[in-house]
Amino acid sequence: MAVTAALALTASACGESSTETADGESPGVGIAFDVGGRDDQSFNEAAARGADQAEEELGVSANFQTARNDETDADREQRLTELAQEGYNPVIGVGFLYGNAIARVAEQFPDTTFGVVDAVAEGDNVYSMVFAEHEASYLAGVAAALKTETGKVGFIGGVNIPLIQKFQAGFEQGVNDTDPDVVVDVQYLYADDDRGFTDVAKAKEQADGMLGRDIDVIYSAAGLAGNGSIEEVAGVEGAWAIGVDSDQYLQDGLAEYKDSILTSAVKGVNVAVFDLIQSVHDGEPLNGVGEYTLADEGVWLATSGGFIDDIMDEIDTAREGIVSGEIVVNDTP
Amino acid sequence: MTTSPRTWQPLRRIDREKLLLGFAAPALALATAFVIISLVMSLTGQNPFLAFQIMGDYGTKADSQVWIINKAIPYYLSAVAVAIGFRMNLFNIGVDGQYQVAAFFAAAVGGYLTFSGTLRIPFILLTAMAVGAIWAGIAGFLKATRGVSEVISTIMLNAIGGALIGYLLHDGRLAERTQNIVHTPYLPESTMFFTIQTDAGRIYGTIVIAIVAGLAYWYLLGRTRFGFDLRSVGESESAARAGGVSVKRMVITAMVLSGAMAGLVGMPTLLNDSGTFGNNFPGGIGFMGIAIALLGRNHAVGMAFAALLWAFLERTGGRLNFEGYNQEIVGVMQGIIVLSVVIAYELVRRWGLRRQQRMVGAQLAARAAATPAAVGAPVPMEKPPATTPGATGDRRAGQNGSDDPTDPEVP
Repeated sequence: MAVTAALALTASACGESSTETADGESPGVGIAFDVGGRDDQSFNEAAARGADQAEEELGVSANFQTARNDETDADREQRLTELAQEGYNPVIGVGFLYGNAIARVAEQFPDTTFGVVDAVAEGDNVYSMVFAEHEASYLAGVAAALKTETGKVGFIGGVNIPLIQKFQAGFEQGVNDTDPDVVVDVQYLYADDDRGFTDVAKAKEQADGMLGRDIDVIYSAAGLAGNGSIEEVAGVEGAWAIGVDSDQYLQDGLAEYKDSILTSAVKGVNVAVFDLIQSVHDGEPLNGVGEYTLADEGVWLATSGGFIDDIMDEIDTAREGIVSGEIVVNDTP
Repeated sequence: MTTSPRTWQPLRRIDREKLLLGFAAPALALATAFVIISLVMSLTGQNPFLAFQIMGDYGTKADSQVWIINKAIPYYLSAVAVAIGFRMNLFNIGVDGQYQVAAFFAAAVGGYLTFSGTLRIPFILLTAMAVGAIWAGIAGFLKATRGVSEVISTIMLNAIGGALIGYLLHDGRLAERTQNIVHTPYLPESTMFFTIQTDAGRIYGTIVIAIVAGLAYWYLLGRTRFGFDLRSVGESESAARAGGVSVKRMVITAMVLSGAMAGLVGMPTLLNDSGTFGNNFPGGIGFMGIAIALLGRNHAVGMAFAALLWAFLERTGGRLNFEGYNQEIVGVMQGIIVLSVVIAYELVRRWGLRRQQRMVGAQLAARAAATPAAVGAPVPMEKPPATTPGATGDRRAGQNGSDDPTDPEVP
């Protein structure tokens, strides 16, 4: 049955491929987002800002594509293949789930430069961008420990995977090194489901529970879902939210809550994405692994809003400690 | 059924009618869906006809077809797993958890087995089926012994399964870590399933599993005593019990079978694609199976078309996104299609039933009028009941024991 259907389908358009490789001028940079889309005010948004900057400064336009929840590698490969076939260069996959797909597609398009954020993919034409999230999270932990009045702080992770555990590890260590008496409550939205990065309601619920347990500083590393936690925290007088990936104080979508956003552990995805676009624009495409750390300002702690101005001395000390290697931040909890 | 030409003829006409109804339902459903989708898209300022054209062009290209077939394989298996439950009124929403737990253990067993190569494949498949069967069997057992609704227990088992995988899928437990992906050990190349090479890409060899599963489903449920018992429990528990069927045993058996089938859902991905179960293993296929089973009317062939349609929509949805349409429109289309199908079938069923009742009624009235005139006509008095059930409104006794004049499963 299925075979007949399959054969009938296959027979009807043999040999014709869905897209022909475009020739001539590249239409710009192709960016494939992880779930949540460009307007997640956080992770994807950071990548989009890099592309926006490239558009302004280099005149390179961008095509943004977004993943659905529960995708397979086949879906991701399709998206990347289409971008590459249409001539976009570089083609950038934003999110560790693109690792396998980038490696496979890059092999088929040796003349296109590929980029992947949060994963290391094989290939001479692939630039892998990885970040020291745990270092920025450490500084967020320092800030949380100094700002809490109840002695309890919370961490909300989207999905319990190694990438998010890096945020947790750094944050916990930062809190403990600053004030061992402060308790860190760690919660993940999902054990094994990428809805953890889009389920705004669940993050809101989790934050509500934490606030009810007297926790007054909550750091959420959950992409789009984290917006729910920030919203919930903003409803409580004296409670602080710590943002992630983008400087969330500056995000238009979160402007309503910005007075509750203490700081953000910023991940310079925009810096990395811009680096790559510029290198392709200049005709010398980057490849290999690009590591973005606190030392080279690939990650940092945001100061917008001025809420942490009074504790900048402690934070600067911690930053210097990490940069000099005096403080080694664990990347696993 | 009867030797009298008077009663025989109308029955034949009803049969033709049934065929017509069988086509009317899907045609009505698709037409309705088409219209509603067009309206929704027009209302949101998107050109539906251009979108359909893009989808048609793009989805029929050779490489799209290969992609669609590969994508449809797990969807089909998932739909069959759900349909086994549906046939006896069991709503197994737990296929999603069952296939993930099954695929995880199968991948772990496959990864840690020491003997090499192709020999591992049967072990992997059996492990997957056994684990899926056990996971669903828990819900079946609870229903049979304690009367726990399988809807509640299976959905809770989904959450428990997720937590179990989350716990075991950990560096140093049953998994290892490569960068940000935690996964079971990779299966060696020789343990992967074969693929069929075409000009436009590789078709997963696991399509064979889907075909065998479809045949087994069709034969077991439609052609065996067991299948009859299973369906009769779904129709009426008390009637089945009166017929000597152990309802409790059937509940457990059906859940176990459904779970074993669900165990296979992850195999195309595991054996033809990833070679490992990691935190990037696709989820959600179990829920997709529910929609596909509804769409395919629990019919072995119907579900195959439904699975292909689903994969087609996903393939072309990616393209629509590329052409500036909202990607979410595909989810909207899928929802509208399922609703249209469910509603259209119900409408056509009721309409067919009324029509059938009217015809039988008219025929009986005609005979009642004719009988006194033709004294001694060879119409035995007990003949009318043979055709009356339809007129009395008992739809179950209509034709061939089918409850549904459009039910394609009943010949």
